[in-house]
Amino acid sequence: MNQLEPQRGKAEPAGLDVVVTTMASDSHTWNLVFLQLLLEELGHRVTNLGACVPDELLVSECRRIEPDLIVLSSVNGHGYHDGLRVIQALRACPELAATPTVIGGKLGIAGSGEPDRQRSLLAAGYDGVFEEGRSVADFRSFVGALPPAASRALSAPADRALPADRALPADRALPTAARTLPTASASGVLR
Amino acid sequence: MTVPATAPRGDAPATPGFGAFVARARAAGTLVVQPRMGMADPLRMRDGLLATRGAAATTVGTITLDSYTRTGDLAAARSALNEGVGLNGYPIASHPVDVTRAVLRGVSDARFPVQVRHGSAMPEHIIRALLAVGLDATEGGPVSYCLPYSRTPLSEAVACWRRSCELLASLREFGAEPHLETFGGCLMGQLCPPSLLIAVSVLEALFFRQHGLRSISLSYAQQPDRVQDEEALTVLGRLADELLPDVDRHLVLYAYMGVFPRTPGGARLLLEDAARLAVRTGAARLIVKTTAEAHRIPTVGENVTALETAAAAAAAERLRPPLTAVPDTGIEAEARALIGAVLELDTDIGRALVRAFAAGYLDVPYCLHPDNAGRARSSLGPDGRLHWSNVGSMPIAGLSGGPRPPILGSADLLGALSHVQWSYDSRAAETPDLDRTPAAPRELGHTTP
Ligand code: B12
Repeated sequence: MNQLEPQRGKAEPAGLDVVVTTMASDSHTWNLVFLQLLLEELGHRVTNLGACVPDELLVSECRRIEPDLIVLSSVNGHGYHDGLRVIQALRACPELAATPTVIGGKLGIAGSGEPDRQRSLLAAGYDGVFEEGRSVADFRSFVGALPPAASRALSAPADRALPADRALPADRALPTAARTLPTASASGVLR
Repeated sequence: MTVPATAPRGDAPATPGFGAFVARARAAGTLVVQPRMGMADPLRMRDGLLATRGAAATTVGTITLDSYTRTGDLAAARSALNEGVGLNGYPIASHPVDVTRAVLRGVSDARFPVQVRHGSAMPEHIIRALLAVGLDATEGGPVSYCLPYSRTPLSEAVACWRRSCELLASLREFGAEPHLETFGGCLMGQLCPPSLLIAVSVLEALFFRQHGLRSISLSYAQQPDRVQDEEALTVLGRLADELLPDVDRHLVLYAYMGVFPRTPGGARLLLEDAARLAVRTGAARLIVKTTAEAHRIPTVGENVTALETAAAAAAAERLRPPLTAVPDTGIEAEARALIGAVLELDTDIGRALVRAFAAGYLDVPYCLHPDNAGRARSSLGPDGRLHWSNVGSMPIAGLSGGPRPPILGSADLLGALSHVQWSYDSRAAETPDLDRTPAAPRELGHTTP
């Protein structure tokens, strides 16, 4: 049982490669565990980078994995500030310039519901901003509307189409990341 | 009035030190209550400390540090200050020493000790900063501020915590009695069975003692089930008496550290239960949570209200018959087995802890840290009691009954994480009077002396 246990954790061939991460100053991880399980249940393959991810590591992991979706989560109140910095670094990499990238959680220290904050995050390059728990339904719709990985793989360079269980360097990736990449199975539909 | 006696504050000259203050309060039969409070602006920080001191309760002060300072990113803390970005705490290593001394002047003294709360796996810069401003009380631990708070290798955190303890303990040469509190009784804040919380709390206290500290508090965080908590705190007290007989020590309870009730009424009921639990089990100090917990960083006024609410509930509980017998469901056997297995690995407790995690003898459920084995899993019974669904390689198999069904999937996880929130919010809804909107934050300085 050397892994998190998703309810229906069968990765679909058409499922997306997703990076779930927080940012350098944030140590909260229940949010990351929750998002990982949720995405795995939807048939996607998740690499969870864990707590306090430095900008360089975040960018280098995303460049290496070239995911179909990057999910940033932060609840410590610095997420807005940190998120503006991180999206610049991600968008500056040619291979990540168009990768669907979203941010969510509790992004400020004074409560949610600041439309200005959402607007400036979108303007800075995020494709979606999901504050607080009520946004999880919206997030599911957003993910559901992304094109399946298989259709992208056709036009992607050969290494994009490799099976999902590529090994992660042990010093970098958290154990759960390597453990939870299930081998691709052909059963089921994308939910 | 239910205003509790504030004996430790009295007029007579008092022995300085955090531990001595708490000991005086305990002797006077009063629970010490303490906020989690930290804001970036020095004037607001000072106002917060003054309001804490002035609350109708026996209080100690807190300076909670921001996340940039915690993670050692002092450049980010500085630029946030320059740009006026809202920080989630007080950047003690970025404000000039004189500024922080001015924050504390006339506020912090033997009658109102102030503790720095930080959450840093590598705290040396923080220890230096707090010593520089004349403070001598803080908290954390090589495990509890590494695994849940960082991706720093455990061996590096242990080495840094050793140096940090020695630095703090060096104050004893000058006649002071620095105080250090374990955070081991909290770990991930939720869904960790009590025996592991107790074991890590005790092991961190032993680590502190090994590195020179002689005034130590052992933490435990309130969990969903009161009866299980009563047993756990009784065991923690017993093990502390047995293993740390030669140090000044007390138990500190944290009001629930997981997903908090969203309604003011639910939050208040949960805090009051924490205060009662502290009194019943002989904890000398309680760290409160506010009605803002589920939503955002609390205001000073919300913190003062929480302190006074907790103090009043504690005072009322003192009038009730004390706890006599607690059931034995195996918490003590598990905690002893865990502590024993670790201590056998090495006489150096830091090295023993590193080896214990490598071997999976200690394994924190749901912790993603690379040095955590990650095989142990917990589960939450319908009654709110925490159990093991898988003990991994921890030497406790079967000590508290067989494994329970695991938590499966995101919905199940969210359900377990929200059990306390949900049940207290429902209870508050059944008591409509409780769930009124809280009064607007009170003016600073408007607090009862
Ligand atoms: C548990 C907890 C902790 C644990 C965390 C252990 C761990 N490793 O995870 C401990 C005790 C260690 C901790 C520490 C701290 N914490 Co804390 N913590 C909490 C607490 C009580 C519960 C969080 C939780 O586990 N929720 C369960 C998960 C599943 O829910 P969630 O995180 O809210 O995420 C949900 C949604 O937000 C959403 N979501 C989140 N991200 C994303 C992203 C996307 C894309 C989408 C779609 C959705 C989404 O999905 C989730 C399910 O609904 C909250 C308060 C509360 N909620 O009651 C405070 C809280 C989050 N912590 C807070 C703070 C500030 C800290 C500290 C900085 C200490 C401090 N200054 O007080 C440190 C962190 C240090 C650091 N370097 O960052 C603040 C944040 C304030 C703010 N944003 O305004 C809170 C709100 C408490 C408070 N009111 O002060 N904390």
